[in-house]
Amino acid sequence: MLLGKVVGRLWTTVKNPALEGKRLLIVEPLTPELEPAGKPLVCADCTGAGAGELVFYTRGREASYAFLPQQVPADNTIVGIVDELHVKRNK
Amino acid sequence: MILARVAGTVVATRKDPRLEGKKLLVLKPVSPEGKPEAGYVVAVDTVGAGSRELVIAVSGSSARMAEGCQDRPVDTVVVGIVDEVSLDQA
Repeated sequence: MLLGKVVGRLWTTVKNPALEGKRLLIVEPLTPELEPAGKPLVCADCTGAGAGELVFYTRGREASYAFLPQQVPADNTIVGIVDELHVKRNK
Repeated sequence: MILARVAGTVVATRKDPRLEGKKLLVLKPVSPEGKPEAGYVVAVDTVGAGSRELVIAVSGSSARMAEGCQDRPVDTVVVGIVDEVSLDQA
């Protein structure tokens, strides 16, 4: 799982039936120091995360397990909203 | 999932039988702002996307979870046509 920030939303009307009702958010990956760490990606969401929130997301096939027993074609899924993050910084 | 623009189609006569009847598209990835990014990918279409349309595509083994793609040799599937992308102000 990786950390990211919700930076936008995305809507689709025509979609694969298995994706029906799933929220899609645009997430910018972050380092533990909360610096940007790569290109923004489209994530499904099972937590109800909102704009600007710090979240963590699962990648790959396991991303679809968040919706079990439904079979959802998701390769990135937000699985948690971060309350607090404690990281020791190297000086 | 990646955001991408449909750049073309692929036609193949000889292919894996489990790919029969599937439409193949050439996708060029784009950023959420709509800027083209490097690379391309060939994807199976499940939504009837057309040329130049903005779509989302799921990749890896999750792609096989899309309806109509179970147990098929695919790794990228178009699963939605994008109506709107909204980005929060930085």
